Amino acid sequence: MAVARTENPRLSRFALPIAGLIGLGLCVAGILVLLDRQGGPHLLASIYDLLGNSAGATDLRNGSGDQVIAKILLAAIALTVGVGGIWLLFIGVGSLVSLLRPRWRDRILPWVFVGPALLLLAVFLVYPAAGTILRSFVDDHGQFTLRNYAVMTESDFTTILRNNAFWLIVGTGASVGLGLVFAGLFDRIRRESLAKTIVFLPLAISLVGASVIWGLVYAWQPAGQPQIGLLNSIVVAFGGQPIPWVTTSPINVFAEIVIMIWLQTGFAMVVLSAAIKGVSGEIIEAARLDGASERQVFLRVIVPVIRGSIITVSTTIAIVTIKIFDIVYVTTGGRFNDDVVANRMFHEIFQFFDDGRGAALATLLFVAVLPVMYINLSNFRRQQRGA
Amino acid sequence: MTASAQPIESARIARVAAWRPPFLRSLPLRLSVFAICALWTLPTLGLLVTSVRNPLNITTSGWWTALLNPFAPNQWTLSNYQTVLSSDGMGNAFINSLIVTLPSTVIPITIAAFAAYAFAWVPFRGRGILFTIVVGLLVVPIQMSLIPILQIYSAGNLYGSFLGIWLAHTGFGLPLAIFLLYNFISQLPRDLFESAAIDGASHLQAFTRIVLPLSVPALGAFAIFQFLWVWNDLLVALVFLGPGAEVRVLPTALFQLIGSRGGSWHLLTAGAFITMVVPLVVFLLLQRAFVRGILAGSVKS
Repeated sequence: MAVARTENPRLSRFALPIAGLIGLGLCVAGILVLLDRQGGPHLLASIYDLLGNSAGATDLRNGSGDQVIAKILLAAIALTVGVGGIWLLFIGVGSLVSLLRPRWRDRILPWVFVGPALLLLAVFLVYPAAGTILRSFVDDHGQFTLRNYAVMTESDFTTILRNNAFWLIVGTGASVGLGLVFAGLFDRIRRESLAKTIVFLPLAISLVGASVIWGLVYAWQPAGQPQIGLLNSIVVAFGGQPIPWVTTSPINVFAEIVIMIWLQTGFAMVVLSAAIKGVSGEIIEAARLDGASERQVFLRVIVPVIRGSIITVSTTIAIVTIKIFDIVYVTTGGRFNDDVVANRMFHEIFQFFDDGRGAALATLLFVAVLPVMYINLSNFRRQQRGA
Repeated sequence: MTASAQPIESARIARVAAWRPPFLRSLPLRLSVFAICALWTLPTLGLLVTSVRNPLNITTSGWWTALLNPFAPNQWTLSNYQTVLSSDGMGNAFINSLIVTLPSTVIPITIAAFAAYAFAWVPFRGRGILFTIVVGLLVVPIQMSLIPILQIYSAGNLYGSFLGIWLAHTGFGLPLAIFLLYNFISQLPRDLFESAAIDGASHLQAFTRIVLPLSVPALGAFAIFQFLWVWNDLLVALVFLGPGAEVRVLPTALFQLIGSRGGSWHLLTAGAFITMVVPLVVFLLLQRAFVRGILAGSVKS
């Protein structure tokens, strides 16, 4: 950035390309270090050699010695290349194109700006999506087949679809419903922001971390032994038998969905709360004057007005629940009749090495989110026409 | 947003004022809010308390008993953290997570900012269709990309490399990044760009001197999004970095800890808290920016 700010045109004309070239060379060197599996230790060993510390260098090359320093060195290179390299690329190529004649410059420059993004989108999303769909329709020898989709006719797939339906309906419904109720409740208390932060906080926690947190809540010991799980200790305190929540079907599906609800309710609450605050006070006042109770005001006035936000939040959370993987994978691996499509897909690919069936399941997920893509696109079109 | 904050705030005050009932009538409301907050906090509190308890006590009594009896001898310890950080490799995984996350956050923002500026303010052929494709890509499941990308990575020796996972996270994060930044950058006043053009500023200068400084809120909001997403990601890390101790990140390490130390709650809880501490701090410090990003991304439609 500092380079681009140079005011002297003659200086920038020569200094920029030269500085850019030097930077680019450094970046290429950095990438080479990063591509080497032992890049960090090897580089540090070379530095030690230069400094005359041959013992330290030998240790490093043998996989011992100052490995932590090597790691930090690697991190520093990674950050410099990753952060600085990308800037150099844009500024450097952008400046070079600016030197062209205006007619060519105006034609090429937009593609310099969008080019890297389009390239990455093509390589990481468009091409693979097409490849996965194609792969789902061929066998290992490249012959057309529908056999990969036979995975969906197996008996346990009914359970998988049932579980995904639970996730979609219960997970989305409860997150949005609770988010709406919390937004309405918190709107009326004085320490609103504190309560909101508390409910919102789990959104920062990874699904793996959340699974450990709730694994402790669901912990189970045989009857008669001390229960260290919060839930079972409550059950036992009320005279019940402890329940192995994560291994009992179909309770385990809901036990896992609760983890998702705990995470996503804060998201729904924040968006809906902002929408509620956007509802004009006059409408609410008018409803009150007409004798509506607070509950009626909420359900009959506020909720219809913020319907658009409710739909947006629902579709966002619906996508998350359709693709749910981490919680099931971490909690049980889907071994107790709690399997879902994304987890099954992972196992097909990495456990059974059946890419065809994995691709078929991925395609199923893709088809499931198509309605949401349609909603997004038509919303976007309407916005463009409005603008 | 700032312009409309005033009437909204006054409407809210009016609503609160109208609703302020006598203490007893508001008691159910207060109690239910308190219950909700307790319900949302208890699981995490349990994790935190368990992670600093003496391992001997963890299997024989619930974590709440420690809170009832905080001064009992040998109740608290930090040795659980010492164990997971060193012998279970969480310390190494922590550094790896930083190496993976920071470039995976900065690279997509940079690429997306340039693209969003061009989509919003630089006319070129095919702009409308290309941007529509970006919006369509917003919801394509990552699962669609796993098999073909893995094949490319195996062929190109990128599997298990930091470069590989940066590129993957960049590709997967771009649609949302471009979409959010476009929403913001396209709303900047037209006059700014026109007067810059009159002053002879190039597109590159307009971008670095006008768009970037003014877009700091949107850039920051997306940065937090992407940071949390990458730091917390298990699927992409598992598939493209793999479980090798040299490169594995925190979620992978925690997952492996669950596999190898399934019943050892003292280690699992300490490990889980290590994975959570950075996102929680980032989140608490930058909550406002994060909320702004969420609202920009979802209320729009």
